[in-house]
Amino acid sequence: MGDAIISVRDLHKWYSGVHALKGVTLDFRRGEALGLVGDNGAGRSTLINILSGVHRADKGEIKVEGREVSIATPRDAMDLGIETIYQYNSMVPTMSIARNLFIGREPTRFSILGVGILDQKKMAEESIRAIANVDLHLRSPDALVGELSGGQRQGVAIARAMHFKSKVMILDEPTNHLSVKETNKVIGFVRGLKEQGVTGVFISHNMHHVFDCCDRVVAMARGEVVLDKRVADTSIDEVHSVL
Amino acid sequence: MKRLFKTYLEKPELAGLILLVLLIILFQVRSHGVFLNADNLRGILGILPEAGLVAIGVTILMISGEFDLSVGSVFALMPMTMAVLMVHGAPFPLALLAGLLVCAAIGFINGYVTIRFAIPSFITTLGMLFMARSLTVVVSGGFPPLLPIDLPNWLFTSFVGPGNMFRMSFLWFAAVAVLTSLMLSRTNFGNWIKATGGFLPAAASMGIPTARVKIVCFMLCSVLSGFAGMLQVLRLGSPLPSIGEGLELQAVAAAVIGGASLTGGIGTVMGGIIGTTLIRVIDNGLVLSHVDANWFKFAIGFLTIFAVVANAWMRKRAKAIKMEA
Repeated sequence: MGDAIISVRDLHKWYSGVHALKGVTLDFRRGEALGLVGDNGAGRSTLINILSGVHRADKGEIKVEGREVSIATPRDAMDLGIETIYQYNSMVPTMSIARNLFIGREPTRFSILGVGILDQKKMAEESIRAIANVDLHLRSPDALVGELSGGQRQGVAIARAMHFKSKVMILDEPTNHLSVKETNKVIGFVRGLKEQGVTGVFISHNMHHVFDCCDRVVAMARGEVVLDKRVADTSIDEVHSVL
Repeated sequence: MKRLFKTYLEKPELAGLILLVLLIILFQVRSHGVFLNADNLRGILGILPEAGLVAIGVTILMISGEFDLSVGSVFALMPMTMAVLMVHGAPFPLALLAGLLVCAAIGFINGYVTIRFAIPSFITTLGMLFMARSLTVVVSGGFPPLLPIDLPNWLFTSFVGPGNMFRMSFLWFAAVAVLTSLMLSRTNFGNWIKATGGFLPAAASMGIPTARVKIVCFMLCSVLSGFAGMLQVLRLGSPLPSIGEGLELQAVAAAVIGGASLTGGIGTVMGGIIGTTLIRVIDNGLVLSHVDANWFKFAIGFLTIFAVVANAWMRKRAKAIKMEA
């Protein structure tokens, strides 16, 4: 296993009196696929929201590639190479694939104060390449995301993260509400991350999906890490028993 | 071929455009050729920019997912502010600047209150509708002030072009239309507007400053409405405190007829313009065809519903045309 790309130490979070994270310490290693499991309210989402800049920790330390960082906004997280893909939250259905790929990070030909003219040629070319790179076959980058299937949308989101060279990709319940075929496709995407040297954090309720594509499984319960083992050294039953 | 058909069917302004063409033909026939003659066109094009500029602002704001009912009141308040300042000796450019700043401030308040307190913009701007209208009457003291006679009408309302076909206001309108269209379709800011209105959580999670995007759209909407009000006052020659009443709903109707979605994310500047033109064409065409003018509002109401139904149907048809994925 590689060195730690993200390490969190003694992370705490309170939500109006509820102690949601109780001193979580965890390393995410370079190039591994990590499955993060736990029941609702176990603290998984809180941890992920802190790493992706949606919430801030009340106490604790986050290091990315050995450097202590402060992640205040989603943009900070993206700039650090941490990309989060939510089941529903990452695509605008009324916009084209090409536009979605570059939301918030559009290439411009020139700009004043961050506002500028889109480089549409570059967007079209790069989006075709980005989609092909994750082995997704779509007719045109101009198709609306709203017309894609759930699995295809996850594919586009993953293509986007790859395109922007993210180092850590957090997938929040990416297989929820997907058909078996689509689920397999997404699991294939997660496996593909490793080949490209990207750390994948796979969050799921479904233990089988986690065991299918992850190297390591981390279980959380009541705001704490209760199990952290290599998939080869544990079993679905053992993980269930600690939750 | 199929793809081309699908692409056009997906254009939100298509239903409005088809209706517009049909109505123009209908009125041309019914009025025995009077509708499209130069004098009548000059009349329509002379007042189109006023409602059109408001519709552009409202359309863009609707694309960002918000709503502005105060445009009609801002339409009256801006020229009234200018008139009062000029009565007190302020030169025109200074009064213009002050008027536009008042509009920008109102837009900012609309946006800030809506976002800061997470309330529907329908409520914020409904309140602003009453407040801005009241301010208009208060600053005028109940009497419309007399405008100075040396106003730069050449820059805003004089007739120009071949056969004196257009007023200057039309050129302002055209320039704003082109610029805002390009902003929506060709700039990253336009992309942010569509993303913010299309699906707010996605836009926010991708790092778009959604609150700022919306506030800018509110401000743009107010500024365009105020500017349009000034054009009307310069055309009429007097700052009546009652101008623009009912304009807010007409502007929403125009945007919706032009394909803008009430839920945000969908719409075009061109659609808003088509919608406004349609309303003006009906207003004018009914009179020329000797139809009782009181049917005007009925026609607008009917068209609004019809256009939205037609749009929804066409979008569904477009979706049904399966392209190989």
